[in-house]
Amino acid sequence: MSLLDIVLFLPLIGFLAILILPKESSRMTALILSLGIFVLSLGLLSPYMGDASPTGWQFVSNVSWITSPAIRYHVGLDGLTLWLVLLSTMLTPIAVLISWNYIDHRVKEYFAFLLLLEFGVLGVFVALDMFLFYVFWELSLVPMYFLIGIWGHDRRIYAAVKFFLFTMAGSVLMLAAMIYLYNAAGTFDYVAIQNMVQTGALKFDGQVGMLLFLAFFIAFAIKVPLFPLHTWLQDAHVEAPTAGSVMLASVMLKMGTYGLVRFCLTLFPNAAREAAPVIGGLAIVGIIYGALCALVQPNMKKLVAYSSVSHLGFVVLGVFSFTQQGLDGAVYQMLNHGVSTGALFILVGYLYERRHSLEISAYGGVATPAPNLAIVFLITTFASIGLPVLNNFVGEYLVLQGAAKANFSWVVFAALGVILGACYMLWLYQRTFYGRASESLAHHMPDLTTREWAAIAPLLILMFWMGCYAQTFLPAISAQNTAILNQMNQNRVEQAATPALPAGAEVRNAR
Amino acid sequence: MQLWLIPILPLLGFLINGLFGKRLPKAVINAVAVGSVFLAFLWVLKTLSGLGAFSGGLEETYSEHYFTWIKSGSLDIGVDFAVDRLTSIMLMIVTGIGTLIHIYATGYMAEESGYYRFFAYLNLFMFFMLTLVLGGNFLLLFVGWEGVGLCSYLLIGFYFLEKFATDAGNKAFIVNRIGDFGLSLAVFLIAINFNTLDFGKVFAQVKTMPVETSPGLLTAIALLLFVGACGKSAQIPLYVWLPDAMAGPTPVSALIHAATMVTAGVYMVTRSSSIYLHSAGALDVVAVVGLATAFFAATVGLTQFDIKKVYAYSTVSQLGYMFLGLGVGAFSAGIYHVMTHAFFKALLFLGAGSVIHGCHHEQDMRKMGGLRKYMPVTMAVLACATLAIAGVPFLSGAASKDMILEAAYEHAPWMYWAGVVTACMTAFYCSRAFFMTFFGEYRGAAADAGHGHGHDKKKDDHGHAKKDDHGHNAGHGHDAHGHDDHGHGHHGGLPHESPWVMLAPLVVLAALSLGGHYIFNVPHILEPLFPIHEGESEAWLEIVASAAGIGGIALAYVFYVLAPGLPDGIVSTFSAPYRWIYNKYFVDELYDAVFVEPTIDGSRNLMWRVADVRIIDGIANGTATVAQGLGGILRRLQSGYIRNYAAWVVAGAIVVILWVGFGGAR
Repeated sequence: MSLLDIVLFLPLIGFLAILILPKESSRMTALILSLGIFVLSLGLLSPYMGDASPTGWQFVSNVSWITSPAIRYHVGLDGLTLWLVLLSTMLTPIAVLISWNYIDHRVKEYFAFLLLLEFGVLGVFVALDMFLFYVFWELSLVPMYFLIGIWGHDRRIYAAVKFFLFTMAGSVLMLAAMIYLYNAAGTFDYVAIQNMVQTGALKFDGQVGMLLFLAFFIAFAIKVPLFPLHTWLQDAHVEAPTAGSVMLASVMLKMGTYGLVRFCLTLFPNAAREAAPVIGGLAIVGIIYGALCALVQPNMKKLVAYSSVSHLGFVVLGVFSFTQQGLDGAVYQMLNHGVSTGALFILVGYLYERRHSLEISAYGGVATPAPNLAIVFLITTFASIGLPVLNNFVGEYLVLQGAAKANFSWVVFAALGVILGACYMLWLYQRTFYGRASESLAHHMPDLTTREWAAIAPLLILMFWMGCYAQTFLPAISAQNTAILNQMNQNRVEQAATPALPAGAEVRNAR
Repeated sequence: MQLWLIPILPLLGFLINGLFGKRLPKAVINAVAVGSVFLAFLWVLKTLSGLGAFSGGLEETYSEHYFTWIKSGSLDIGVDFAVDRLTSIMLMIVTGIGTLIHIYATGYMAEESGYYRFFAYLNLFMFFMLTLVLGGNFLLLFVGWEGVGLCSYLLIGFYFLEKFATDAGNKAFIVNRIGDFGLSLAVFLIAINFNTLDFGKVFAQVKTMPVETSPGLLTAIALLLFVGACGKSAQIPLYVWLPDAMAGPTPVSALIHAATMVTAGVYMVTRSSSIYLHSAGALDVVAVVGLATAFFAATVGLTQFDIKKVYAYSTVSQLGYMFLGLGVGAFSAGIYHVMTHAFFKALLFLGAGSVIHGCHHEQDMRKMGGLRKYMPVTMAVLACATLAIAGVPFLSGAASKDMILEAAYEHAPWMYWAGVVTACMTAFYCSRAFFMTFFGEYRGAAADAGHGHGHDKKKDDHGHAKKDDHGHNAGHGHDAHGHDDHGHGHHGGLPHESPWVMLAPLVVLAALSLGGHYIFNVPHILEPLFPIHEGESEAWLEIVASAAGIGGIALAYVFYVLAPGLPDGIVSTFSAPYRWIYNKYFVDELYDAVFVEPTIDGSRNLMWRVADVRIIDGIANGTATVAQGLGGILRRLQSGYIRNYAAWVVAGAIVVILWVGFGGAR
């Protein structure tokens, strides 16, 4: 049993423990367990501490689960998923902390679902058997469905069902494609199938390849969400409780972008290349469209939700640039978005807990009664805008640099999103924090509590760390992306009917 | 040489004052804020003398590498600082002028609330500005570039209770972002084509490339960089943020919006001179935009009554001069003007600040007058600055301005003449401000001083942005001071001279405005980078330019001292063009109508309410409705809460089975 198995299954044990233990202890149990899981998960860094980051699978477990059809419990970690796993384990205790007073009914179920959600998303990131992946993918839906549907705001049922249906509609397609792959390859094992694709033992050409690609792609694109499949997101975010929004934006959306890199690029490189112009176009439309919609939202959470559409457009653009910088930036941006948009949702939640409104017009002048909250929000705002020294800048720069290499006209439009990002965030900030506070607002706007500081401080530290010293995080990502690009391009070389090349340096030159 | 200490010292000041300033006594805040910048200045002196910059050394770039910031594939971006002679001039200006303005600000801001916040921001600005000039690659320059933009935003909106201040802050940041759009595209192009962002490596490759006679890669890069410069250095069409930026405290206007940050564009273009020298077309664009900006901003300066607005338009105009110099190939003359302008414009703003401070936060020159009786030192130093900017021979302004104009004449005589006319207007409006302020009788009636004196004028000038709440301005006047209670202590008092902590820096700057160019002969210092052009300069060029300046002063004297009724007569004769110019050619209104309003309306009414809610979400919900109709049949098989879920799982399973059965199994 590897450390990864322990980190993966502890949340499930935590889920059960919270259900069994009395509800008075739910909060504390959830906090201690999730913190413990986070500390343990830091051990996953050990293979990546050396000078050269390994590109293969780490902490692999591979045992049979179901014999017929052959479904295995196959999990492993690589440079692509390492930080996504750590992001998930870090955000769970934060989600517990911000729910501390926010949740006042069905407390036990709530915290249990948070841990079940952690189990689901961790499984998605580490599963190497496609069926296992699918199980975790669906499993993660259930706790989120209930988090929105039970502890959400007024239209929670509508939002929860919409969230569920959208994701289901996509994952049904994905399941069908997986079953097709199983029939063709005789296994659900991702590593094995990827190997067959790479060596040419398995070929998905022409229409079949494109259909399979699209089946996966649509499932992931809904999750990302990519324009025009994004309309579930605003409703889900607005209705979800704060922690639900945080986990949804920071972790669950990354399931989509992760899937794009893991499955769409390496299994169907030719179809991905063929579709790239259209997908890049959709990503750019999403960047600008999301920003323009964010500009005019009267509701804070909706504004942040639309900004996510814009930010994740950058991620998709980077992925489909098929360049080292684009991919590195895209993966980095997944983490950045998790940190800074997660922080934004947390801070909006803090405001909501004080004033019980998400309408921007209900605020104004918050900086005077709550200066610390104002400063933290300001830093997060500028992180989101992509100010250098803060995290998003590095990701956005790399994505745009990579996209510029792939197609310069792309960035001419995509970079407009950077201008618009400043507009909507600064206007939000001005209308919320500047000006004179009304009497009633000033009385209900205490500054940050210790618990609130504890929840937001790690994210603030990460914003600066990831912005100032990207080399802590990038080498593992970059090495893995080099391998992924090699896998894509090896396939291309063989498509061109040249004699099979040994893997490695020559392939890189063959580009 | 520990170059990193130079920006880190102010950063430490920022951290100390920012984190603990609330609990620190003012004396400690002052010591930290001023001390950190002064230490940085000393460290600059020590470093530069160590590198031999004062003894004819430093002909090659000296650089230090600290750590790798971003490495992705072949792109390796380090945190590198580099010093050459251009950097050393900028370092001296930034830390030297910076120290003086920090000292001044301890007096000017003494009564303000948020004192520690102000100095924390100011120190943070120093950190980013020094990073900007020390950065050894384009991305590090961009870090400083955006960082100073952040500080500018924070300091313009320092009085964050007032909407005009935060509006101006937003406008500054967003307009700068438009410029940065161009700058970032240039960075992408550079990285793609040169595979590095390091200044030394990029420019070495550029030098081996042919000069572009028709627009090519280097022209594109040069023009995109210039878009960035237009934002930061307030050139047409992106200058609109700078006049509004005067909403910030006056020391900020002096330091950031006159002496240092706004010259970053000039620095960046000069830094990239090898790219520009490979594209005659791009240089022409720089020259024409600079000259046009210089001219039009000067015409607006003629008509303004807010003393800070006059100097703000003057700054825009002088920045235009600098770009004119760069555009005609006189890079060292442009940087020369950066330095002399830093002397006299910082002095003008700080002097104006002293006047505003003395008049209890009055900024409207129509309510000043006769101040020579009350503020003799301020008058003396402002006289020095006015003479310098007017281009009176042998003073600092004349030295750099004449060098630009001569180069312009060699490039194209019409540019010289347009520059001379601009110089005449500059001399006129600066002298006008001087005479209106210090001559005649004091017009700020004591009774008038009791209420609403604060930023009323500012509000008028922001009328365009505040049309909708004009009605509420009148009632709002008396509490316009919520942010600084300073004026209230002196209800109805007469103007008074400022304390020596404010005057001492002014005296130093006055000396520099008069003779600083004899100490720092920039063209000579920059000779290793930009060889001095040993042409036959014609003496009459300088004489005409000086005459234009002196003529402008004389004209202002006639208009505002000898015959004060004259300007009103002219205004009423030419009321239509006057109104047009007075309202700054309605450019803000034009941008609002053409860019801002349509974007917001379109986003709200088209993108969001129609495209997103009706069409895209409508289709999604429509599909769901149809599915629900189908599900209604299946519903009878199910009971309970999760019927939708069940229906979909069943439907999905059917699809899967069909696909696998008929399609996949083939």
